[in-house]
Amino acid sequence: MDFYLGLIQIIGVHTLLGLSAYCVLHTGQVSLAQAGFFAVGAYVAGMLTVLAHWPIVPALLVAGVVAGSLACAVGFPALRVKGLMLVVATAAFGEAVRLFFFNFNYQLERGGFHIGPHGGEGFRQIRYFPEYGWSTLEVAAFIWVVVVLTMAALWWMDRSRAGAVLRAVGEDEVAAQSSGINVTVVKVSAMTVGGVIAGIGGGIFAHYTTHIEHIQFGIVLATFAVAYPILGGLSNVFGTLIAVIFIQGFLIEGLRFMGDWRNLLFGGLIVLAMNVRPRGLIDAGTITLVKRLVFRSKERASA
Amino acid sequence: MLELQGLTKHFGGVRAVEKVDLSVAQGEILGLIGPNGSGKSTIVNLICGLFPLTDGRVLLHGTDISDLPPHARVTLGIARTFQNIRLFGQLTVWQNLWVAQNSGEQFGQENFLRRWLGGSRRARGEIDRTLEFFDLAHKSDELAANLAFGEQRRLEFARALAAKPSLVLLDEPAAGMNAEEIDQLDRRIRMLRDDGVTILLIEHHVELVMSVADRIAVLNFGQKIAEGAPADVQANPLVREAYLGTATAA
Repeated sequence: MDFYLGLIQIIGVHTLLGLSAYCVLHTGQVSLAQAGFFAVGAYVAGMLTVLAHWPIVPALLVAGVVAGSLACAVGFPALRVKGLMLVVATAAFGEAVRLFFFNFNYQLERGGFHIGPHGGEGFRQIRYFPEYGWSTLEVAAFIWVVVVLTMAALWWMDRSRAGAVLRAVGEDEVAAQSSGINVTVVKVSAMTVGGVIAGIGGGIFAHYTTHIEHIQFGIVLATFAVAYPILGGLSNVFGTLIAVIFIQGFLIEGLRFMGDWRNLLFGGLIVLAMNVRPRGLIDAGTITLVKRLVFRSKERASA
Repeated sequence: MLELQGLTKHFGGVRAVEKVDLSVAQGEILGLIGPNGSGKSTIVNLICGLFPLTDGRVLLHGTDISDLPPHARVTLGIARTFQNIRLFGQLTVWQNLWVAQNSGEQFGQENFLRRWLGGSRRARGEIDRTLEFFDLAHKSDELAANLAFGEQRRLEFARALAAKPSLVLLDEPAAGMNAEEIDQLDRRIRMLRDDGVTILLIEHHVELVMSVADRIAVLNFGQKIAEGAPADVQANPLVREAYLGTATAA
């Protein structure tokens, strides 16, 4: 049972990570910096609960704000580059964040123990959940409350004018500018919102694993972050969720018996998805199709 | 209302636009014609601010807007269409107009939230009416990418109007259209003019320009070679030379 609860937790956290990239991807920016924002959120939230004894919710909120501000600051220079160059620039930023935490030492002495981030050895003993007696089920429920709230907010944003504006910028920047859209503001805002979501996700990650270190926030995690929304499609938030369930639940856990061959499968899958379904598993066409089917069955029922 | 003073744009060694002076009066339809590569589209891009000027100024109602970014010029009332259609293909027809509603008037300048979350009932009504005017209302939930060519051209025009511009730059709106569609376009341009919208029409289709424009300016090799009433321009030997080549002595 605990195995499945653990899996549900992982899926929840990765969904947050995927949604942070989803937001940025709407504006046509492929960002490999999301793992960096995730790391910042993880360390900030961990330090707040462990060193400053904050409760979890405010710690997560501050983690989101810090990661979001950083994302906003990164958003401006990132605007100058596009496409592949943006991928390289954001990947470099993510690595810089990782290396920062590799060297980051901030330990306090508490009751004969040294606690806090300790460079390459990582940040151990983020024991907020066990200390306050949260069961695995409660932790999983907490994670999913956050995930559902985030998904609901993004779902709503997708349907608002802001969502349409993000997509418009992603489709054609020149046309968007010429329609009176301030592309700079839109792109930086998307980056900031993505940073906030990644920060909160990272904060949760730190608390359920209880031990974080720099190597967890490398380029692999950054690739996963963008792979989810690319695979799931940008038409709605459920695409990302389904992609996470598919990759984490089936590819990583379900095919565990294949060992390291899974990585090969993962790479192949992305190439396949980009060729067969360039707009993701669930694209606007799929939505129209589903709507039509539902509509038709209703018509039949009423006839 | 719009005045170009010594407008110049060089791309490397290419003099795309060279010292063009042009003014568009409030409420008129100005046709801008010229052979391929004469700098017509470059002028539109310069008016919209898509790239910086090499020299010269763009004035709107007497204010210099040469340094404003493109989106700010739209809020001041300049909207455009593109020669090669640039719609938001994965948005619906309705959404294409929705995102282009950027003038403060439609949402109330002060109401930030309403502006980003969807707009007032009035703003929505305006979209419906604009789509009606372009005979696209029945397609409003269709993805823009799935429209037929003529419909896409109409949608581009409609999107340009969604921002409630006082000046519309139409970059070859008749390209690829059949005779009937051109007739409709002609009618719509006139109706807009009667509504008080000023129009700068760039067009290859000479018949349309001659029929609809109040005045015509002719470009060749980035320079203005003639300007005046349609009949005068048509009779101008320089214009004939630009289009037909220099008469060689037999």
